[in-house]
Amino acid sequence: MIYSKEILENLYLTMVKIRYVEESFIEPIAKGLIRCPVHLYTGQEAIATGLGASLSKEDYIFGNHRSHGHYIAKGGDITELIAEVYCRKDGCSRGRGGSMHIISPENGVMGIVPIVAGTISLATGAALSSKIRNDKRVTVSFFGDGATGEGVLYESMNFASLKKLPIIFVCENNLYSTHLPIDEIRTNRRIYEIAGPLGIKAERVNGNDVIEVYRKAQLAVEYCREGNGPYFIEYLTYRQRGHVGPDDNVQGTHTDIRPKNEIEEWLLNDPIIKMENIMIKEGGFTEYEISEMKKSIVNEINHFTDIALKSPKPPAEDSKMYLFYENEN
Amino acid sequence: MKMKINFGLAINQALHQLFSTDENIMLIGQGVKSPWYVGNTCTGLIDRFGENRVIDTPVSENAMTGIAVGSAITGMKSIVVHPRVDFVLYAMDPIINQAANWHFMNGGKSCVPVVFWLIINRGGEQAAQHSQALHALFTHIPGLKVIAPSTPYDVKGMLVSAINDMNPVVFIDDRWLYRFDEDVPEELYKIPLGKGVVRNSGNDLTIVSFSYTAKLCEEAVKELQKYNISAEFIDLRTIKPLDEDIILNSVNKTGRLLIVDGAWRFNGVSSEIAAIIAEKAFNKLKAPLRRLTLPDTPAPASSTLEDVYYIKSSDIVKSAIEILKF
Ligand SMILES: Cc1ncc(C[n+]2csc(CCOP(=O)(O)OP(=O)(O)O)c2C)c(N)n1
Ligand SMILES: [Mg+2]
Repeated sequence: MIYSKEILENLYLTMVKIRYVEESFIEPIAKGLIRCPVHLYTGQEAIATGLGASLSKEDYIFGNHRSHGHYIAKGGDITELIAEVYCRKDGCSRGRGGSMHIISPENGVMGIVPIVAGTISLATGAALSSKIRNDKRVTVSFFGDGATGEGVLYESMNFASLKKLPIIFVCENNLYSTHLPIDEIRTNRRIYEIAGPLGIKAERVNGNDVIEVYRKAQLAVEYCREGNGPYFIEYLTYRQRGHVGPDDNVQGTHTDIRPKNEIEEWLLNDPIIKMENIMIKEGGFTEYEISEMKKSIVNEINHFTDIALKSPKPPAEDSKMYLFYENEN
Repeated sequence: MKMKINFGLAINQALHQLFSTDENIMLIGQGVKSPWYVGNTCTGLIDRFGENRVIDTPVSENAMTGIAVGSAITGMKSIVVHPRVDFVLYAMDPIINQAANWHFMNGGKSCVPVVFWLIINRGGEQAAQHSQALHALFTHIPGLKVIAPSTPYDVKGMLVSAINDMNPVVFIDDRWLYRFDEDVPEELYKIPLGKGVVRNSGNDLTIVSFSYTAKLCEEAVKELQKYNISAEFIDLRTIKPLDEDIILNSVNKTGRLLIVDGAWRFNGVSSEIAAIIAEKAFNKLKAPLRRLTLPDTPAPASSTLEDVYYIKSSDIVKSAIEILKF
């Protein structure tokens, strides 16, 4: 085992945190207590976790509609995240954003939006800021396989390559964009191959193996930080739940056409179970230790939820607040 | 110290001075190296401040605009120039979905100090896709400020305010203004956004305009004096937030209003001003207000068609006289 117990434990705890924060939303969604569209990250936790662990607090990330995991892995405050998903006044976006607009600038979570590919150019701009200031930050742009249909991705990659910007383009290929399987949106499943012709170093990595994600992410971060230019990583993965909501029959569109056996196969490939096996077989952890870790995370999240739910919804008289920043002079 | 300089040079002077006082200011856009695209506005910037901060770009309007927004979110004050308004239509997402909504939808946690500098460049038989004036599109959007100065003095002072504003500002520029010159102070100064100016006081009617058509209005006001008509002319300078008070105060006095906008009529800036008058000065009007705009058709190529398409100062004179005949 190349990594210390401490590193393994941290990677594991982050994945479990993401998993249980999101699991805590499922019943409230079914009961209508959470109403904003919630796109669960279940099954993809290893990707945000491995990348988040490779970045420093000052580094920037930008995300998409499925970004709770990105936010948590980069150190975003969990109570504020929960409050935002419930659209409360003390949510990270003050109840103005909901699940699809979560932000934590002090932790480098700079922008998350549900317009597909909407933050890729913003992330490229963040990397440009870093290049101009020579501040050695690295930016990660998270997007899905669906975003490869948008022209702005190619415009941004070309510019990033041209200017050697410190940005990692991270494509989480979960084989579906809403109802459409990958073979119905492109003729070639190997997404990482789009980057090479633009002069960007690219590779495909198993997105359900957090250790592999972490190992490759560290190399990519180092490559960017040293000024070698952008990097493209395609992570192969699978979302275990519906496109929106716990399954498409609750919040979504009743259009989950994914084959049952395909879903079952990927459930066996769960990144958290995979990590538990590694920790026990190779990392020197016991089953008991792991179940204690899980328990303490669940308790912690219950506690955060209690605090988050004490916050009311924003008062109606504040409806025009935040339209503009009030300039000092 | 003052110096007589033209509109384009006033922009150039503002940029040079701002760049030298604040190292977080950057400019990105197609053609910043080429006077063919941006006239004299960017002369000398790259030589002085380097290609790191003054960036000519590939033809990728959408990403370049998003990149300016992303840099603004991460601590820069960015300016993105589109040498023709027509080209910015590829970049509506970063302007409207992202920049305009950003501060609100993120609960005030993040600001976007970006200037979208959009240049109207028309006439010369350039036809429908190289002639448009699209400011009404942007004034529709909450979260954007839209400025359209008409004089060298104003453009310098308003650019200083726009670039230092922590919110996204759309700067509507017009190449037809570049030939006008006037005395401009050499030092940096600010003109607040959202404030119009009375360029000529008068009692018989109010004329409201901004950007290039403001220059035509100034000519028309002089011509009207020959007919003994005393027109009050207001140059709005900023379209949004609109200086409602300056318009209402004048209309309360004159009772007659002509709105001149060198863009389309339907749902245009003139429609909004007319609505405000209907709501807030209904019983002050002595005659129906009039709107002088482009016809609701695309811009033509042929000069015979261009000639009837664009507004002339004689059209303004004619409309003013007709209002007074009512
Ligand atoms: C510009 C735009 N077009 C369409 C949509 C509707 N939409 C929401 S998510 C999505 C697909 C996203 O697929 P992918 O990028 O693979 O992310 P995933 O949901 O698989 O994580 C689409 C088309 C949108 N939000 N934005
Ligand atoms: Mg997908």
